[in-house]
This record gives sequence, structure tokens and C-alpha cells, in this order.
Amino acid sequence: MHILVCGGTGCHASSSNLLLENLREQVAGKDLAGEVQVIATGCFGFCEKGPIIKIIPDNTFYTQVQPADATEIIEEHVIKGRQVGRLLYKDPVNKEVISDSRKMGFYKKQIRVALRNCGFIDPENIDEYIAADGYSALGKVLTSMTPEQATKEIIDSGLRGRGGGGFSTGIKWDIARKVQADQKYVVCNADEGDPGAFMDRSILEGDPHSVIEAMIINGYCIGADWGLVYIRAEYPLAIERLKTALGQAREYGLLGEDILGTGFNFDIEIRYGAGAFVCGEETALIQSMEGHRGEPTFKPPFPAQSGYLGKPTNVNNVETFANIPVIFNKGAEWFASIGTEKSKGTKVFALAGKINNVGLIEVPMGTTLREVIFEIGGGIKDGKKFKAVQTGGPSGGCLTEKHLDTPIDFDNLLASGSMMGSGGMIVMDEDDCMVSVARFYLDFTVEESCGKCTPCRVGNKRLYELLDVISKGNGTHKDLDKLRNLGEVIKDTSLCGLGQTSPNPVLSTMDNFWDEYLAHVEDHRCPAGQCKDLIRYEVVAENCVGCTACARNCPVNCISGERKEVHFIDQSICIKCGVCFMKCKFNAISVS
Amino acid sequence: MSAIKIRLKENDLQQLKDVCKSFNNEEGELINVLHKAQGIFGYLPAEVQEVVARQLKISVAKVYGVVTFYSFFTMVPRGRYPISVCTGTACYVRGAEKVLDEFKRLIKVPVGETTPDGKFSIAGLRCVGACGLAPVVLIGDKTYGRVAPDGVRKILKEYDDK
Repeated sequence: MHILVCGGTGCHASSSNLLLENLREQVAGKDLAGEVQVIATGCFGFCEKGPIIKIIPDNTFYTQVQPADATEIIEEHVIKGRQVGRLLYKDPVNKEVISDSRKMGFYKKQIRVALRNCGFIDPENIDEYIAADGYSALGKVLTSMTPEQATKEIIDSGLRGRGGGGFSTGIKWDIARKVQADQKYVVCNADEGDPGAFMDRSILEGDPHSVIEAMIINGYCIGADWGLVYIRAEYPLAIERLKTALGQAREYGLLGEDILGTGFNFDIEIRYGAGAFVCGEETALIQSMEGHRGEPTFKPPFPAQSGYLGKPTNVNNVETFANIPVIFNKGAEWFASIGTEKSKGTKVFALAGKINNVGLIEVPMGTTLREVIFEIGGGIKDGKKFKAVQTGGPSGGCLTEKHLDTPIDFDNLLASGSMMGSGGMIVMDEDDCMVSVARFYLDFTVEESCGKCTPCRVGNKRLYELLDVISKGNGTHKDLDKLRNLGEVIKDTSLCGLGQTSPNPVLSTMDNFWDEYLAHVEDHRCPAGQCKDLIRYEVVAENCVGCTACARNCPVNCISGERKEVHFIDQSICIKCGVCFMKCKFNAISVS
Repeated sequence: MSAIKIRLKENDLQQLKDVCKSFNNEEGELINVLHKAQGIFGYLPAEVQEVVARQLKISVAKVYGVVTFYSFFTMVPRGRYPISVCTGTACYVRGAEKVLDEFKRLIKVPVGETTPDGKFSIAGLRCVGACGLAPVVLIGDKTYGRVAPDGVRKILKEYDDK
């Protein structure tokens, strides 16, 4: 019997490490070590209900397990064979208890390719990766394929870059392969900066060897003997696991000189990012690896011609690499059979925001937003109404009700005014104000713009200011016109992908939620009740029973009133934090 | 550059030089050197940057340019309990802004600064990827999930006697 404990960042933050220790202690104390193995795995994806544990072989799935529950799980489930009912997953809609993870709505529609090992193997043990077909693709490529044949396999698979651009991975490899040079480099872009996307981190935490294997294959294909992983310093757990995995791979002769006795040499070093969103752009990333400010450079020359230290360099992101070994193991044809005509395979999405099942999911390209949000995601939190889903992070746009049945792939998302990006999917409900959301993204872009080109540096700042004025109720129709014109100009004239896409959150919300912009401008009103300067909280006298809950919880003590009497909010002190509104059980606080 | 003037102690200076040397005083290793230096000093005051510049034979302006470009590097010492409120999108739509406001109000310093007693500092943090726990707050290594504005006072109370 195997007890798999999620050791991803999300569950780690809710003490899954203590749970792991307790389970191991229990197993040792009850003399079960011969029969029960407790394993820390990578992310299961179902972060909403973490910490998660899964018991194999019967696939029992326990959610929100506390360290103190270890004893009961061992005594009841492991020894007596009785499931611990209170820890089983309960469907938020029909309240049905489901014990087998394969029958949960969250997992039913998923096909796991890039995440195939996350949550199944111990990421700190290379033997488990090898047992799961690990490094067999490398063996196959090195011993039975020429670089040209191997590259062709990737071209045939139809795999497109998962970092945002969506360029054909095989063709990118082929360009780098054909360039003549004494030295070439393979770079793995693990600088996941899109706020709300965490698939790359999960892959590195849960299956680091898949990325290492793919980088070696990539090195063989393009003729490079050195690889670099550029990773965010903010991901300590992923860095740790990657370091462990690199050490093990070297020990097994899978990295270093004369790999598998084929005479091929390859090794990998780690480079740390230092918190700059623009470094996800490949030319900026290369600048940063060379020790400079992460400012993008002109293309051409493309990194495939002149990249790191002026040498031909192939840059792919973590999720793209994680797909590579499977393509060789199962064949390009198999991979190309999944997905839509022009977008093959699967895509990992980080579902977050106002949704019941926050987590990491992987679905075939072509799955609709409705399936993702309502079937896998379990619908909107607290029974609220769906309003929009933001894809592509600060470069993407907001999609609405009318896009719910669009099959998700690179081209359809672009056509709907958003983009795939790295796969962040933030769901918003009726309480979210679209002007505020656009302002939030612009605030991010303004801070992250590297400052090299004027349209992005100055233009985005102006966009932000316009949005700020509108959200305070001081905007005019002229401001709305300016917002649109300026947005178009920034898109057309910026140097890199950051500026070329940064107005998307504004333009797409203007297209889809024009009424909301008008309400802010014409009526000085925020329909969602989010813009602080446009709302006030008031006590509804006929509903107030004088329970004092609001007054007791108000952080600035601006609510007065005796017990069992109608309360009163002093508007001059109120900071509009909304606590009274959340605490009132009698609908006696209104937002206007 | 920085308002705080410090003098590096002799052994600090040596330690810093050793760090530079461990990277062969190579210009291209600037970011790695700065990571290590911040690990030692907790922040990167002007004096540290001057030494790094000298060792790597580059201008102080170049070092300063890199330090100020990346959000991970700071020129202000952080508090003993650095508070980081995640400002990723998932946390934002679940109310992180109000949580951040409440922290600022209670410890009475703006984002990016440290309380006069050096106890707390406050910063917005880009997505930590624990979106299931949104909004997320980190104080030192401790993670607080699903933080609501009215829970902020209770969290800070934990540090009352520290």
C-alpha cells in the first residue's frame, strides 16, 4: 500500500510536511514499514482542498487533511480497512461523497501528459522516475536516432511553445540545429512571472527529471553540450528539488560526459532570476543570464542565431520541455491525435479566482471554457454568477459568457481578443469590477516595464492614470477614447511582447464590458461595488436587529449603536474595507 | 543612493570579496554575486554595491542599475518579520488589496518600508503560486492562507511578544 502525500507549495503551506512526518511516525510505530510506504509527491493539482493525500491501490482521496489526522488514517484506513468518511471529498454542488479520485468531476475530463508524474512519483527519487518510463526517451534518441530524425519527430508532433508565444517547438529546434557554431546552448525558461500561473513551478517540484531529460534530448538535437535553467529565486522548493534531481542524474551518468556510453556530453547549471516579469521574454532572459538588466533586444537576430554569450541558443519553457519525453515514448502520431487541428496535445491551466476547485488542471486542446470552469472547476464560488475569465495574465484579455463554448486553443483565444499565455485562468464573478481589474493589470505592467522603449514605459503609465481617474468617478468620454487610441498605439509600437500585449486587459474589457465603463463615467457608479471612491456602506434600518456584529468587527470603530438598536456608520471615518458587509447576517448593510 | 550610511566591517568586506572571487570576479556573474551578498547582509546598501563594482571591474552605476531593476533586490533593510502580501491576480480577486491596506494601517508604514523599531517591513509579493489559499500572506517563512481584513489584527498579535 502507498500513501501519497502532496508536497507541492500549496499543500506545504498548509503543513503537509508535518502530516507526512506524523504518517511516517505512525507507520514506523505500528510496525507497518514493510507493507505501507509513505511518499511525498508533487502537486496533485487540487489545491483548493489541500493538504491532499491519496491511498493507492484503491485511489482513496482525502482532502484538507490535518497533521493530527494521521493517527486516524493509519488506524482506521490502513489497519481496519475503513475509509475515514469525514475526510473524503464532497461534491460542492450535489453534496455527494466521492472517495475515488478518478470519479471526481475535477479529474474526469483531464488528460495528464505534462503533469503525468506530478502527484504519482517521489520527485526526489530518480528510481521512481525511471520506473515510470523515465529516461527511456533519452536512451531511444541517443542510440537509435540522428539529431535530424529526433527533431523531425518533434516537428511532426505539432507541439507548440507553452510559454505564451505558441511557436512550433520542432521548427525552433530545427533552426538552432542548422546554425553552424562552435558552441550552442539549451535554456529552460522557468521564470514563471504571470501572476496566478504556477504550472512550471509544479512541474519542477513534482517531476524535475522530465525537464532534465528533455533538455538533454534538446542538446543532442541542436548540437549543444551545455544547458541552463533560468529559475525564479522566489521558488525555493522547486530550486531544491531541481538541484537534487541534477545531482542524481549526474550520479547515474545521465548528465556529464559520455552519456549512456554514446560519447555525447551534456550538463546543466542553474541561473537565478531576481523578480522581473519581463525576463520571461527570451531576449530579456538572456540579458539577465549574462548579468545585465533584463531588457529585451531587437529580433532578429533571434536567439537561435545569436543568444546567450552571442552563441546560438534554444529557449523553451518548463511545460514545453515536460512534453518532450512522452512524444518520443508514445510517438509523434499519438501526440498529434490529441487536440485541435493547429494546437496539438494538452495544456495545463492554473484555475484560480472565484471558482470552487482552485488548482492545476491539464486538458486536451479544444476543451471548452464551460467544461473547464463548470465541470472541472466545479462552478463559481458561493453560488454567484459567472462574469468573466481572464486568460493569458497581464498580456491576455477577459472572456465572457458568450465565449464559454469556444474550444480553447492558441488561435481561438487570439481570435476572441485574449491569448493562451502561460495558462493562467482567473475566474471572476458578478462582484468583480472590470475597470478595477484592468487597472490592476496595468499597475502590474507599469511596475514591470523595463523602461527601454517609450511606448511601453510612458504609454502604460498614462493608461494606468486614465483608468485610475475613471475608477474614481472622474473620467469623461474623452478619456475613454484616449484609452482606446493609446492602447492601440502601444500595441503597435512597443519593442517586445510585454508592451505589444499590455493593453489587452484594457481593450478586451472595453469590448466586453463597455456598459461598466460607461457607468463609471456617466453615472459615477461602480456596478460591482468595488471602486472605493464610488461606494458607501450604509445600514438598512429596517433589517438591522442590533446584533453588534458589524461594530465589533469594524477595524476603525466607525460603527456606533446600542445592542438591539439600529446601528450607524460614520462615513467620515469609514475606510470601506467591507468587513461589516461580510459579517452582517441580516442583509442590513447595503453598498451603494 | 541609499539614505542609510554604513561602514562595512573588515570581515564583512573580506566575506564580500570572497563571494566575488568565488565567481572569478566575472562581470557576467553580477546577479549571482548580488544574490549571495543579499543573503549575507539582508539587503544591498550603497557600500556593498561599491565593493562589488570594484571587484568585478564595472561601474557602480551598472551595479545600481541591476539592483534597482530586479524586485528581489532591496536597498532597505527588511524588518525582523518581513510581511509579504501576495498581489497575484488570484489573490487580488479574492481581496488581497484590502488585506494589504489593513496591514499598512496597523503597522503604519507604506509598502516597501520598515517600521522604526525594525520589527516589521511590508511588501507586495508577486504570485507565490499557492492560489488555493488566496489571499496569501507570508511573514518570514510562515504562510497564512485565506486571510480576511478582519483577521489581520489577530495575525499581528502573534508577534506581540517577539
